[in-house]
Amino acid sequence: MTKPVLLVTRRLPPAVEARAERDYDARLNVDDTPTTPASILAAAAGVDAILCCTSDKLDAATIAALPASVKVISTFSVGTDHIDLPAAKARGIPVCNTPDVLTEATAELSMLLVLAAARRAGEGERIIRAKAWTGWAPTQLMGTQVSGKRLGIFGMGRIGQSLARMARGFRMEIHYRNRSRLSPELEEGAVYHDNDASFLAASQVLSLNAPGGAGTLKWLNAERIAMLPKGAVVTNAARGTLVDDDALIAALRSGHVAYAGLDVFTGEPALNPAYLTLENAVLLPHLGSATTETRDAMGHLALDGVDAVLAGRTPGNLV
Amino acid sequence: MKPRLIVSRQMPTAVGERIRAEFDCPYPDGLDMDVPTALQMLRETNADALLLTSHLKLTAEVIAEIPSHVKIAATCSVGFDHIDVAAAKARGLPVTNTPEVLNECTADLAFMLLLNAARRGHEYEAVMRQGWRRGMGMGEMLGIRAWGKTLGILGLGGIGRAMAARARGFGMKIVYCNRTRLPPELELGATWFADFREMLPHCDFLSLHAPSGPETKGIINAETLALMKKGAVFVNAARGALVDEDALIAALKSGQLAAAGLDVFASEPAFDLRFAELPNVFLTPHMGSATTETRNAMGYRALDNIAAVLAGKPAIDPLWS
Repeated sequence: MTKPVLLVTRRLPPAVEARAERDYDARLNVDDTPTTPASILAAAAGVDAILCCTSDKLDAATIAALPASVKVISTFSVGTDHIDLPAAKARGIPVCNTPDVLTEATAELSMLLVLAAARRAGEGERIIRAKAWTGWAPTQLMGTQVSGKRLGIFGMGRIGQSLARMARGFRMEIHYRNRSRLSPELEEGAVYHDNDASFLAASQVLSLNAPGGAGTLKWLNAERIAMLPKGAVVTNAARGTLVDDDALIAALRSGHVAYAGLDVFTGEPALNPAYLTLENAVLLPHLGSATTETRDAMGHLALDGVDAVLAGRTPGNLV
Repeated sequence: MKPRLIVSRQMPTAVGERIRAEFDCPYPDGLDMDVPTALQMLRETNADALLLTSHLKLTAEVIAEIPSHVKIAATCSVGFDHIDVAAAKARGLPVTNTPEVLNECTADLAFMLLLNAARRGHEYEAVMRQGWRRGMGMGEMLGIRAWGKTLGILGLGGIGRAMAARARGFGMKIVYCNRTRLPPELELGATWFADFREMLPHCDFLSLHAPSGPETKGIINAETLALMKKGAVFVNAARGALVDEDALIAALKSGQLAAAGLDVFASEPAFDLRFAELPNVFLTPHMGSATTETRNAMGYRALDNIAAVLAGKPAIDPLWS
């Protein structure tokens, strides 16, 4: 029996590509060339399934032009902003994604940002790399202690809850802001706030873990930043659109926000260049899920979705 | 009359305020002094006490020159490699350190190093400093997830236990090596190994929290590194002397270790510059206790020791008895 044809739009971890080649007639992008709608359509001729990434734009026109042979689109991501879902629905093409498997890796990265920002890790690293270390001093690179502080989590979904468990190991007191209050067994003692003012006033460390979208666009603006305690630490491993960059940059310059740790940016991979001039900002290029374990799990889950649809089953990760 | 104090190193503002209130000190915020200057200041001011840090090496020769009116030398640090304690004891000079107050802060930094090493913090930061400008492939530059892995801890004392508490929040399994097994209420489910070498094959991560001494000097060497899992991650926020740095650099280059996070070096601040050329290390300049809260607490603890001894009471944290 001939294997079904699978288009893999970008380079994926070796374990995932190996499985794709074992189970499918896989068309891999070995040079990892970025795609365009035209290149996707050209490569999609005769394929049964498409395994795509957030960097591929599957807009309405592209989906409408896909060959009739395409039976499923599975994206190597949680987010589906890059796929026009109504257009896929109109074509009757199911779409799968990779929820849940990024939870721990992303929560871990949130905790890394808190620690690295508060403890001035970027500055310390740069002193060492510049070979400019002149010796230990009691007042050198004094940061803010993380353990024992109040951590405010904006968005208490799976990642927020995982971060809360990690932060408790640092004896942090957890406060959270969420659309609705969690049940006591999920809350695990965290303090729920039904308004921004009390939540922000409590947040010595603020971690953004809410989804993007219109409802949270520039949520962290100048007015809300002013409600944070002076010297607060702000981190974002969720979506760049949650932050008003100009307001955060101004607060980092004035010291009202002492330190920031950011993994996501509006307009990434371009970012507001002012961030690069700030010593008190730790900056990372959207690596929340960038571990071998997590990317393998994402790839396998995406392939599970393709397997299920082509076998006539309903996938567990259907969008 | 206030007791006379010499502070041989710049101190945090809040510590300076307390010195100003409680002591007669020519430089209450501290002044960075070398050994001859410190000795001269002690003599000239007829000082009762010396507050120092690790930059002032109190060798036997220096201790012999400390005038007899100096009743205590308190170091604002946990480590006391810079003090010849035996010579101080022979001379009858009480010397003290500042244990405990930096446990939490040092464990925070050690865990920061663990995460940054595993998640390739240095390499990614370099991408940002070059302006980013390109998306990354889904299989490109992947790090190691800490969550759910096994962490080996050498030295489950105060800092080691704080490290274990942090790791448990990441669903990590804890194995440890101590001379003696801890009681269950301190062990909290961690698995004890009497033999360091037997623990190593179990470790995805290894973090050192032992003091330096004859037993631990160079305990990380070619032989022990070879016993670790290939691709393990190594963290040292304890003492540089625990590590044979040639062997560590070789293991980082060969891939025997995937990454390392280092806050301490065999020689400081003149550390081995080969480290600065390695992509798979995250490096900080001995800043385990560098938070305002902890440095204040260390300064206060050193002053508490001085006040106790000058009041004729026993030192709180004596280095000899």
